[in-house]
Amino acid sequence: MTQASYITLTYWDLAMAASLILINGGLSVAFRLGIERTLLIAAVRMAVQLMAVGFVLKFIFTQTSGLWTLGLGLCMVLFAAREAMARQTRRYKGWWAYGLGTGTLLFVGLLAILFGVGVIIGPDPWYTPRFVLPILGMVLGNTLNGISLGLETLTTSALRERAAIEARISLGATRFVAMSVTTRQALKTGMMPIINSMAATGIVALPGMMTGQILAGIDPVEATKYQVLITFLIAGGTALGVFLAVIGGARLLTDERHRLRLDRLENPAQ
Amino acid sequence: MLKLENVHVHGLAPVSFEVAGGECLAVQGPSGSGKTVLLRALADLDPAEGEISLDGTNRNSISGPEWRNKVRYAAAEPGWWGETPREHFATDRGLEKMIAALGLKTGQLDQSISRLSTGERQRMALVRALIDEPDILLLDEPTGALDVKATTQAEKLIKRHLKAGHAVILVSHDPEQVRRLADRKLVIRGGRVRIGRV
Repeated sequence: MTQASYITLTYWDLAMAASLILINGGLSVAFRLGIERTLLIAAVRMAVQLMAVGFVLKFIFTQTSGLWTLGLGLCMVLFAAREAMARQTRRYKGWWAYGLGTGTLLFVGLLAILFGVGVIIGPDPWYTPRFVLPILGMVLGNTLNGISLGLETLTTSALRERAAIEARISLGATRFVAMSVTTRQALKTGMMPIINSMAATGIVALPGMMTGQILAGIDPVEATKYQVLITFLIAGGTALGVFLAVIGGARLLTDERHRLRLDRLENPAQ
Repeated sequence: MLKLENVHVHGLAPVSFEVAGGECLAVQGPSGSGKTVLLRALADLDPAEGEISLDGTNRNSISGPEWRNKVRYAAAEPGWWGETPREHFATDRGLEKMIAALGLKTGQLDQSISRLSTGERQRMALVRALIDEPDILLLDEPTGALDVKATTQAEKLIKRHLKAGHAVILVSHDPEQVRRLADRKLVIRGGRVRIGRV
């Protein structure tokens, strides 16, 4: 492996790059788009949030403590679950609104770390935060996307196809048969983005992680190997997460008497 | 015999009545009075408290699908999950004869459902609901979208179902139809339920 030199950026370098935002602002003023305020806030938020994360990660990396890693990992799962729920137009009532996403993401995250970091990469100790946290973040981000798409498709199409689902139930179908069309559609929708992005990776876009490693001076072939590993972890995690969330969600939309229970969804007006 | 004891349906006073095999009970009342809600509760499509039994078998002692194979609800606006009508029938036996008896053509079984008229779909749905001969048929305005001729044909099919010893509970806005088909009627008014002769 050839190790090229890594070039450290100064804050002055960042300030120069930030001047590019002025072009965006200038366009907004020139065309009276009225988005310069939102743009400024977004740019500042991005910079502040990323810097803050940088310092937090630096602190945790120097600890190499299982407890700190677990703590931050749990925070990431909870934020991802909240985000998955916030994206739903029709949420489940009560505890399940959070429970479904949190449970699924916790399971998928844990599995991805144990398998991807613990078994495959194998750092010493296995919970080394430098490996665990970035990989957890990438897996959670993609799984969250799949879960929210899958659940959104499930609930909206169950509402839209209510007459068809209840016709099957009336004719003696079990809830699994009655929901099968809807469930399949939701599973497919949830898994499509990761399949599409796998197919386009390397041709249309170079993944951010791989680009980062190359900039850090890692041999491109080595960087590619990491990217392939991560992509498989993401694809596996997303598929498992979408499956668990959609099947769980379909169960929650029906009951043990095999009735369709759309009353378990909140009204959009609320 | 379908037997209800103190069944609590949303918005209605507790309901108790019996319907025997071969009998047709009409359900009448203004729009929104709870006719559909009552029928849905009988088919166990919505949770409802109270005792409901069929020939002595309590609803809760068998699974939901088993119950709904005996106590079958046919909605006023039928839903479809497949491409063509043919995918929606429990059996092929006697299908084409029944279709013909309702003035539909065999070829329409394999047509796209979106190309059928509302009335054609309603007739398909009636056949779908009674082809495997459920003990109790709950019909929610089964002829609402049909012309006079098709209505007569549909009523013939319903009468045949009654003659075979099955019961029918019929929601209808047409007093003439109630007189032609029903033995008794259940009237819902202001949340109260009254059963009387036709």
